Amino acid sequence: MTEALDVPYRERERSVTMESIGEEHDELLTINIGPHHPATHGVLRLLTTLEGEIVRDVTPIIGYVHTGIEKSCEDQQYWKVIPFVERMDYLSYYFNAMAFCLAVESLLEEEVPARAQWLRVIHLELNRIASHLFWIATGSLDIGAITMLWWGCRDRDLALDLFEMSGGQRFHTRYFQVGGVIEDIPPGFEEMTRKFIKTMYTRIEQYLSLLDRNEIWLQRTKGTGIVPLETLLQLGVTGPLLRAAGHPWDLRKAMPHSGYENFDFTVPVGTVGDNYDRFRVRVEEMRQSLRIVEQALDGLPEGPYITANRKVALPPRHELATSMEALIHHFKLVTEGFRVPAGESYAAVESPRGELGCYVLADGSSKPARVHVRDPSFVNLQALPEMARGHLLADFITCVAMLDPILGGVDR
Amino acid sequence: MPDATGLELIAQRVRESVGDDSVTDTIFYRGRATLDVAPQSVHDVIAYLRDDDQEPWDRLMSLHGVDYLPAEPRLGVHYELLSMERADRFNVRTRVGVEDPRLPTVVDVHPTANFQEREVYDMFGVVFEGHPDLRRILMPEDYEGYPQRRDFPMGGEPVIYTFNEPKLPRWYD
Repeated sequence: MTEALDVPYRERERSVTMESIGEEHDELLTINIGPHHPATHGVLRLLTTLEGEIVRDVTPIIGYVHTGIEKSCEDQQYWKVIPFVERMDYLSYYFNAMAFCLAVESLLEEEVPARAQWLRVIHLELNRIASHLFWIATGSLDIGAITMLWWGCRDRDLALDLFEMSGGQRFHTRYFQVGGVIEDIPPGFEEMTRKFIKTMYTRIEQYLSLLDRNEIWLQRTKGTGIVPLETLLQLGVTGPLLRAAGHPWDLRKAMPHSGYENFDFTVPVGTVGDNYDRFRVRVEEMRQSLRIVEQALDGLPEGPYITANRKVALPPRHELATSMEALIHHFKLVTEGFRVPAGESYAAVESPRGELGCYVLADGSSKPARVHVRDPSFVNLQALPEMARGHLLADFITCVAMLDPILGGVDR
Repeated sequence: MPDATGLELIAQRVRESVGDDSVTDTIFYRGRATLDVAPQSVHDVIAYLRDDDQEPWDRLMSLHGVDYLPAEPRLGVHYELLSMERADRFNVRTRVGVEDPRLPTVVDVHPTANFQEREVYDMFGVVFEGHPDLRRILMPEDYEGYPQRRDFPMGGEPVIYTFNEPKLPRWYD
């Protein structure tokens, strides 16, 4: 008995697959995983061809939560598009709004004040932590670590509390506006955030002590889902998946926006590119995000939190009582919105899942003629068949978990 | 993004290597360099820029369609290229008419274009010739029309609720 246990479980599993039983039993079985299945993280349908327990082929079928957000955006004024794009990738709403705002700002040639940029960085990185926390919570659930689900959701709630404090909402905060952010952070936000950072450093240690020394976790993740780096690059995969394979491509470092060049942080990369590396890269990214938030709080510059251009940004509330111009600007902005000179632009940010790009075509009116979001989940999903082919069905579920697709972003 | 001079140099190199009629226009606006390419030579231009140019653009980050109504030709397809080496971006665009729009696929050059070309086909009706699996991707397979075109009405189909279900008999057909 003990000798049998010395054999790694994966090889023991192989001993009972169809291959070992014999030729006459070799048959392919096509099954649907999803669209309604908790392990597919949304409504993702995976048409899977199995040979015994080995995945031979996977075809992702998507579109079940296609809501036509891009079409709806064409009927909204620019500042009203922000709540729409936030609902695409519903776990990284700040990033969606950021990409859209950057694209519109580049068309308007609008300068964003330093304080607004710093506030944006704080919220982006808090959002990255919240998104990764939800990934670690649900991803661990797929592998059977139920404690991690409660821990991850519990700690994500702390980040959502911060969003509620600054923007009034826990999700889809509409906090980022073209030209800056909608409101300065309230008193007490900094203190709460510092408390959150302090808590999170220890919590991350706890996650690692729960998962990283867990034999089941290690066996399920190590050596599974490896895709060669060149294949990943050709498939356009970005974000933690690419970095886990050893390519240090991070838009925050490579093409910094919003003053990311002012912060000291490192880009974690993996060495093997398996699911374990993907897990470790994301956990380390959470630590680096905490460092960025800390630095941003320390060096938060004084000044306006939104551009002073009244043609783009709403005037402060107190001016409405005393200034006729402010009232006119307010009225024009709320009823008609601001006009953007005709042109097109593409802006990309490093979202928790990779490059999130936003293309905006302006025709000179106050509504965009086309908004397209290049969602990282949509593109990364193409790597799933490569990851899963030839692996056990159980490893395939791990691959989906570690791929971290958000179906709201895939289908838009 | 390359600057205006850099864009002209790229356009010149593409003209010399791919063909005189491959580049139709160069646009430099708000720091964004766009190379307008004739529809039939888009595959060759993308392949040339990836492999043979002295400043290669080796990654395709985004491929998306756009409807320029009322301008003609109406439809446009954008190829957002990236050079990871130089951390720089470049945009290639091609325009096709709304009647029987056809473009050569770039899936063989950039496999990432697979889903994205399907999305453009789904939303704008641009047929990518040589695509391995050109089907609708987001809309149902039996859907008629191309919803992202500007002349496609918003809310153009009845939505079933409990109150209007009796008025739309056999809506599920």
